[in-house]
Amino acid sequence: MSIDNLKIADKEFSSRLFLGTGKFSSPQTMQSVIAASETEIVTVALRRIDLANSQKDILHFIDRQKCLLLPNTSGARTAKEAIFLAHLAREGGLGSWLKLEVIPDPQYLMPDPFETLEAARVLTKEGFTVLPYIQADPILAKRLVDAGCPAVMPLAAPIGSNRGLKLEEMLRIIIEQSTVPVVVDAGLGSPFHACAAMELGADAVLVNTAIATAEDPVAMASAFRDAVKAGRQGFLAGRAAEREQANASSPLDGTFNE
Amino acid sequence: MISVQVNGQPKIFEESLTIEELLRALEITSPAIAIALNSEVVPHSEFRRVKIRNKDQIEIIHPVGGG
Repeated sequence: MSIDNLKIADKEFSSRLFLGTGKFSSPQTMQSVIAASETEIVTVALRRIDLANSQKDILHFIDRQKCLLLPNTSGARTAKEAIFLAHLAREGGLGSWLKLEVIPDPQYLMPDPFETLEAARVLTKEGFTVLPYIQADPILAKRLVDAGCPAVMPLAAPIGSNRGLKLEEMLRIIIEQSTVPVVVDAGLGSPFHACAAMELGADAVLVNTAIATAEDPVAMASAFRDAVKAGRQGFLAGRAAEREQANASSPLDGTFNE
Repeated sequence: MISVQVNGQPKIFEESLTIEELLRALEITSPAIAIALNSEVVPHSEFRRVKIRNKDQIEIIHPVGGG
């Protein structure tokens, strides 16, 4: 099943499934999941190196010829901290694409719209390709596009909650109005959720917890891969109209009781 | 003798040393690291030149799994 390519900034991707690399039981499992998912964009976080055990880093398990790295700014609670992390990511050789996230709320991990917008303005001017993780707010999405973001990443439900498209109506408006790709990020708990997001018209989805913490992460990655493709094809095919009442699929004339 | 903080841990060295020498002393060989010295990012090209001094705070950062 082939689908149309996703275009963000100056790059094209044949996969519309972004993969987060957190919470995997081993780097080998993550590596198998990357292969099974056919993803071409993977997120990573930046943290202090363990001085007692500076083992092989995660990049050893990611083929950067096949996957674009999207370092995130997780851990940042302010624009200033996010900008600092972005600079570290670039100096650490992780490139200039960035998942910008500024999260001051530890309970629901809601992103801060004001700090995110401020950081996006600074970082796009510095040449970063900024993909911001945001609340499902259509006006905020527009402001971020105006600031130079080539895609937006609104949440479906709180990070890691696996609750699905809780903000569907707001996502629908963002998708309808957006002039850049919309990547539904966070909260998608099953292939069904991912498929529904794609049918809604999302350009891509980002999944981490639902795959990494599944009983069989590799099989779940395959399921998400197919669900994303099915959802995209369903969206492109143009779904049939809904009706209040039944509308027979079989001919109504020529029946035995006429 | 200098006393510094590396990733929040106290470390003592005989004398002032460069970032490159610090990484060697800590046996960190991965190229995918980034360094902040007193909250300022140090470019890789400066690792040979920039020296750490008494009471400096050094952060050595690398990529890990994350969503």
